[in-house]
Amino acid sequence: MPKRTILGVYQKPDDVAETVTRLRQAGYADNDFDILSGTPYPEGTFGEKVAAHRLYVFPLVGAICGFSIALLITAGTQLSYPMVTGGKPLLSIPPMLIIMYEGTMLGAILATVMGVIFESRLPRFDLGVYDTRITEGYLGVLVASPEEKLGYTEQLLRETGAEDIKKR
Amino acid sequence: MQERRVLTDIQVNRSLLSTVLDTPNWYWPVVGALSIIVGGFVTTIILMITFGLGITGLNRPVFWGFMIVNFVFWVGISHAGVMISSILRICQAEWRRPVTRAAEVLTVFALATAASFPLIHMGRMWRFYWVFPYDFDRMIWPDVRSPLIWDPSAIFTYLTGASMFVFMALLPDLGNLRDRTTGWQRTFYAIASLGWRGNPRQFKLQFILGILLSGLILPVFVSVHSIVSWDFAVSLVPAWHATVFAPYFVIGAVHSGVSGVVTMMVVLRKLFKWDDFITPDHFDALGRLLIAVATAWLYFFMLDLFFGIYGGESRELSVMDQRLLTMPWGGMFFLIIVLGYIVPVSAWLFRSVRRNLTWMFVLSILVNVSMWLERLWLIVPGLQNKERLPFDWGVYEPGLFEIMLVVGSFAVVCLGLLVFIKLFPLIPVWEEKEGQLFQAEIRIGKRRVPAIIRE
Repeated sequence: MPKRTILGVYQKPDDVAETVTRLRQAGYADNDFDILSGTPYPEGTFGEKVAAHRLYVFPLVGAICGFSIALLITAGTQLSYPMVTGGKPLLSIPPMLIIMYEGTMLGAILATVMGVIFESRLPRFDLGVYDTRITEGYLGVLVASPEEKLGYTEQLLRETGAEDIKKR
Repeated sequence: MQERRVLTDIQVNRSLLSTVLDTPNWYWPVVGALSIIVGGFVTTIILMITFGLGITGLNRPVFWGFMIVNFVFWVGISHAGVMISSILRICQAEWRRPVTRAAEVLTVFALATAASFPLIHMGRMWRFYWVFPYDFDRMIWPDVRSPLIWDPSAIFTYLTGASMFVFMALLPDLGNLRDRTTGWQRTFYAIASLGWRGNPRQFKLQFILGILLSGLILPVFVSVHSIVSWDFAVSLVPAWHATVFAPYFVIGAVHSGVSGVVTMMVVLRKLFKWDDFITPDHFDALGRLLIAVATAWLYFFMLDLFFGIYGGESRELSVMDQRLLTMPWGGMFFLIIVLGYIVPVSAWLFRSVRRNLTWMFVLSILVNVSMWLERLWLIVPGLQNKERLPFDWGVYEPGLFEIMLVVGSFAVVCLGLLVFIKLFPLIPVWEEKEGQLFQAEIRIGKRRVPAIIRE
């Protein structure tokens, strides 16, 4: 069944918390609504549940990839053209460790950044229903509502203190 | 650590986005003046490429002069930025909010400037790609046993990490700017913000990102200046060949870098009237940190000297003789100690000095003058070969081109910061709003004291 998006714009955090409770009572699941703000409120302020993420896997995978590439560069290049310089061993471990360390950290950093972008569900070039007042201290409650419940949901948002309603 | 007024979100937006949305009268003249100096910097580089490095004061046996001094100095300045930001984020220090981004941005511009100096110094800079293993046809690879290969890998990692750090922490503010602008600016910020909307999941991931990247960048920060120090320490030049160089360089970098952050914060507070955000408390805390850092630096500075002298090796002693008893190096040694430790640390012991912005500004400049001289004092005497037979002696006399490169490098960093300030807020708006949210006061006896709400 097609769903429409409706946004209630609020001024007070308490009203948003009340809205979340009422939406649950009205049969909405946690992934049917979202809260938008310009300020990072402590987790659970509105009674919302943040879905689990797998961000911690990303730096680990990135670090392994970075380490492997650095090992390939340091060991592979020296072995493919085995020229002894200064009587030093071909695979001289201490200097190899330096490049491998930097490679590991670079891989972990890049993967962390990619992980945050992916887990934040970005990039998103269509903002959908949005209100610019959200970055001025207002709060938004975004609900994905079935067409036939749209009127009821709008009424619910107004009752809980929404100053403005936007729909798409 | 909380002397701030309670502000609404609109007031925070107005104050902190004003640098982007409004242009103060002084902005364009200052940008113009800096651009002229940067033009001189670029012209110098072009002349050096055209006529060769011979137009500088570099000559046998002194091949590392102002350019390498500048490289080490700017890598040092770049260090404190991310260090301050990362440590404060990991510790969840409340007073970090106005400081972090400015420190990170200083890191990025200082590091980019630092990275340009080895390129300029190469002479044929268009062959910089030779440090990468690109030649699959002939299989002639870079020698990974050379510190000149370690350096680019470390700096590339650090610059990438610091830039990513700045960009990711900017996302909520880019979303804010998208909502406050119109026309092409809105399009630019809409694309740059990647469609940020500010739901609890995005903010939670931002918080984790701050901790994760801080944890990842801190070891890189230590490794970068250690590797820079090994450019010197793994050579056989007397007085460079010291095991203490890595921690010595790292702590020196922190000393100059934290002082650089203090200088920048005083200037920003004055220019943009950010009295509500950057308070005397911040300078007090940084002043106390600097006492500890400066003392650690002095310890390693003296340790390096004692190692050289105690070993009793004739070439080392000869360089130490130059450094301590021969002019101008002896005078420079005196200046380094006085400007880098005795004057600033004696002053920072007083709370009134630490909370006085003019004093903090002057002292932070003195520290960086001292630290720049220290790098020159460390690098050049060992290369002059005065411990050998006189036919091989050399004297380094920097010319106009090198002086232009030094002046130009400061202009490049300042110009970079000014351009950044025009495009992005230098104090994280969303973090400042979070700080306002957590700010509350409780009454204890007859006093009202700040209560920081933390999970």
